[in-house]
Amino acid sequence: MKDLLNNLDKAFENKVRMGIMAALVVNEYLDFNSLKELLGVTDGNLASHLKNLEKVEYVSVKKEFLNRKPNTKYSATDMGKIAFKKHIKAIEDLLK
Amino acid sequence: MENQQEYINDLKEIKDIMNRSTRFMSLSGLSGVSAGICALIGAYFAYEHLYKIGYERNELATINVNYLILIGALTFVSAVVSSFFFTHIEAKKNGQKLWDMQVKRLVGSFLIPLGTGGILTLILVAKGFVGLAAPLTLIFYGLALVNGSKYTFSDIKSLGILEIVLGLLATQFIGFGIYFWAVGFGVLHIAYGIYMYFTNNR
Repeated sequence: MKDLLNNLDKAFENKVRMGIMAALVVNEYLDFNSLKELLGVTDGNLASHLKNLEKVEYVSVKKEFLNRKPNTKYSATDMGKIAFKKHIKAIEDLLK
Repeated sequence: MENQQEYINDLKEIKDIMNRSTRFMSLSGLSGVSAGICALIGAYFAYEHLYKIGYERNELATINVNYLILIGALTFVSAVVSSFFFTHIEAKKNGQKLWDMQVKRLVGSFLIPLGTGGILTLILVAKGFVGLAAPLTLIFYGLALVNGSKYTFSDIKSLGILEIVLGLLATQFIGFGIYFWAVGFGVLHIAYGIYMYFTNNR
């Protein structure tokens, strides 16, 4: 049992972070507002969770300008995708 | 046990997020029905016209072809407008925006094969290959549906495959194109629209 729990990734302990990764794994990229709408969370909440995922290098950020307005694109890094898959697999194993 | 239920819920939620972030789920079944009805009306007018002049290639003067192209264009526009109308209502009901990223991707992946087929068909018709118009429009429309199905209900993929099969079959019966056209764009749309209305929109 202990072994199984060890496979769970601490970075995904929070529901919002799981949601962010789930959305980024299946999309090439998403901007801040689409993520916010999709997950139904507040600006501050989303920003802090994104920061956390950025810190462990599971999420990469690209800032650009769209019609002179800043637009931030978030995408999952290869490392993040692997970690997310491992995490999901750990949950599935736990359920067995 | 309680923990287990929580994990199951988490997995369900993840799946839901993945679906919602990639697929446009507000496509209305009624829009399929309305597009199908437009197609049948268009097919009726085209049939009337062809029947009057008799279906022989050398009798189809350019002016008649132009009339057929006009019917086709009007049918296409009214089908698109009415489909957007019902999809707009459905999206409003679900609290989804009609023009978000998913829709842009859906429209983009749909329009590339459809546009290619449309232009190719017009070129061939202009060169006198009128008989190929129905099979080609069916085939390319089917390809467009298969391509777009990645970003909306997966049922659309099987509709696309049916249209492709029908289009390929139609190449063997040149001269009966109008019937294949009516079945592909009219009957299949209506049948699929009703099916989708009762499964996905309820």
